[in-house]
Amino acid sequence: MSDIKNAVLSYVKNEYLEEDDDREINFDTPLISGGIVDSFSMVSLKRFLETKYNIQISDAKATPEAFDTVNNIINLLKEFNVQ
Amino acid sequence: MSNIGEYGKVYQNFNWDISERELGYNKGDTINIGEYCSDRICKMGKGDKLALIWEGFSGESKKYTYNDIRIRSNTIASFLKNLGLKPGERICLFMDRIPELYIGFLGVLKLGGIAQPLFSAFGAESLFTRLEDAQTAAIITQKKHAPKLKTILGQLPYLKHIIIVDDDGSKALREKELAFHLEKEKQIESFDIFPSKAETPSVLHYTSGTTGKPKGAQHVHYSLISQFISTRYVLDLHDDDIYWCNADPGWVTGTSYGIIGPWANGVTQCVLDSGFKAETWYKFIEKHKITVWYSAPTAIRSLMKEGDETVKKFNLSSLRHLCSVGEPLNAEAVLWSKKVFGLMFHDTFWQTETGSIMISNYPGMPIKPGSMGKPFPGITATVVDLKTYEPINKAGVVGLIAIKPGWPSMMRTYWNNETTYQSKFKNGWYICGDRASIDEDGYYWFVGRDDDVINTGGHLVGPFEIESALLEHEAVAESAVVGKPDPINMEVVKAFVALKAGFEPSKMLDLEIMNFIRKKLSPLAMPQEIEFVASLPKTRSGKIMRRLLRAKEWGEEIGDTSTLENE
Repeated sequence: MSDIKNAVLSYVKNEYLEEDDDREINFDTPLISGGIVDSFSMVSLKRFLETKYNIQISDAKATPEAFDTVNNIINLLKEFNVQ
Repeated sequence: MSNIGEYGKVYQNFNWDISERELGYNKGDTINIGEYCSDRICKMGKGDKLALIWEGFSGESKKYTYNDIRIRSNTIASFLKNLGLKPGERICLFMDRIPELYIGFLGVLKLGGIAQPLFSAFGAESLFTRLEDAQTAAIITQKKHAPKLKTILGQLPYLKHIIIVDDDGSKALREKELAFHLEKEKQIESFDIFPSKAETPSVLHYTSGTTGKPKGAQHVHYSLISQFISTRYVLDLHDDDIYWCNADPGWVTGTSYGIIGPWANGVTQCVLDSGFKAETWYKFIEKHKITVWYSAPTAIRSLMKEGDETVKKFNLSSLRHLCSVGEPLNAEAVLWSKKVFGLMFHDTFWQTETGSIMISNYPGMPIKPGSMGKPFPGITATVVDLKTYEPINKAGVVGLIAIKPGWPSMMRTYWNNETTYQSKFKNGWYICGDRASIDEDGYYWFVGRDDDVINTGGHLVGPFEIESALLEHEAVAESAVVGKPDPINMEVVKAFVALKAGFEPSKMLDLEIMNFIRKKLSPLAMPQEIEFVASLPKTRSGKIMRRLLRAKEWGEEIGDTSTLENE
């Protein structure tokens, strides 16, 4: 699971922070409420997870809460037996 | 008792002199919005009253009295002046919702500069388009946003200064960058405020159209007359209110009613610099005992989606008046707010170009859920025929929303684009570009846009800008962008893409193109759906028929296809 955790964290850092943005992001950093990933960009993060792990996340499950930290995302992935 | 009293009577007897008198403005006087929102309030004896209660996403908070914002806006104005910036120059504010954005806005105006707020989520290309058009002289930003300028700086010869408000010295400053710390600077008690007149340019807000580049709607200091009185009548702000406007000052609501309106009325306002999270929002209302809330349909529908039980966890009894703006507020959302808050959201309608509320629901006036309401006092509105631009006098018939020119906050031109500005006027009316009907009671009912501009989450996005950016992706041969219906955002961006030879549709390519646009333009412009097609429908002259694709998404009649190339 730690590989998946690190892969998601790495994707968030690479895709949603500017090159020179030196903010520290860890597994519990608020992504949505912290303004790192806005509600529009959340769609691309959802698409990344669906593509990478070959799953379909319904709109009902794709809530700001479920995407708010890497740890929350990992919990969501567990529902799809991605671990 | 509401500020407006009985709408019908006020509408009949209103003239803008009422607002001028309340502000103590006489024709020909100097009028500087920066001064009216800070120094004037202090002179009224409210210097110690809280102007701004700010909270960041991690719970940090700051409070500023009216005297604080007066002195700090002086400090920013003085700093800009010492850099050699002059009245009339465009100074961009490119920040998250931090105090420097709000106070900096007043500082730029006090200098006599033209404030050019831009949404901080814009990518390099969106930023470049707007800075280049405005020939912006300086940009005030944060460390995390400054890198977006790196690749475009060489093409912006007019940009003299990049002012970083949160530099911590950990990295060397780059070309044209300089540090400014609002709290550490020597505070300027007295600043020689630029003596702007009614028609002196004040704010430049960019908005998207169907074709061409985004247009800069240029406003003047006299807009205050509209913004002040509409805040009082529609938002119903009283002296003891605690007000929260969700809008980002990168867009017009965030300046007209997130800075100018509340502060010109001497009211305490709260700002939450945080992304959307229902519990965080409700907690914020509860904690600060917010009384008046100006939100947006997308946010309200997102709160609805979170459910009624979440609302019940919080004491929201401080709320007494709710308003909404950005896109039409559906009846379900109005009825839901009545159920969970005991109050209906009052829908309001206006645009970047109008500078202030044009059509609205008012305290005390019965709400017809789903309706836009009635014209603001001092505003002559109607719907006109789509072809003749003659007013339609029959109830229920759809036409274009049209406003008789002459209200104080009307934009004065599109920056560098007077021709397009003039084209907005037909038969003596300003044509908003939205279709609506008026019922037998005089209530307006929104039908839709009259062009291809996409309204997503209350933000207007131009398809042309996205299509142009898509063509810069190595795999894209041609593209068409339309709005697709969405239950939360009203519309989202959908792109139809034909690929170049050698590229195959795939989920990875889909994601790659989405991220390409998100970074280049903005998250708002990112297609939420991409449909790969072999070719796009075109006219015989080769023009892509966007309307066919849009009609398909909306389940509408396709209409005349006689000019279709491959029919």
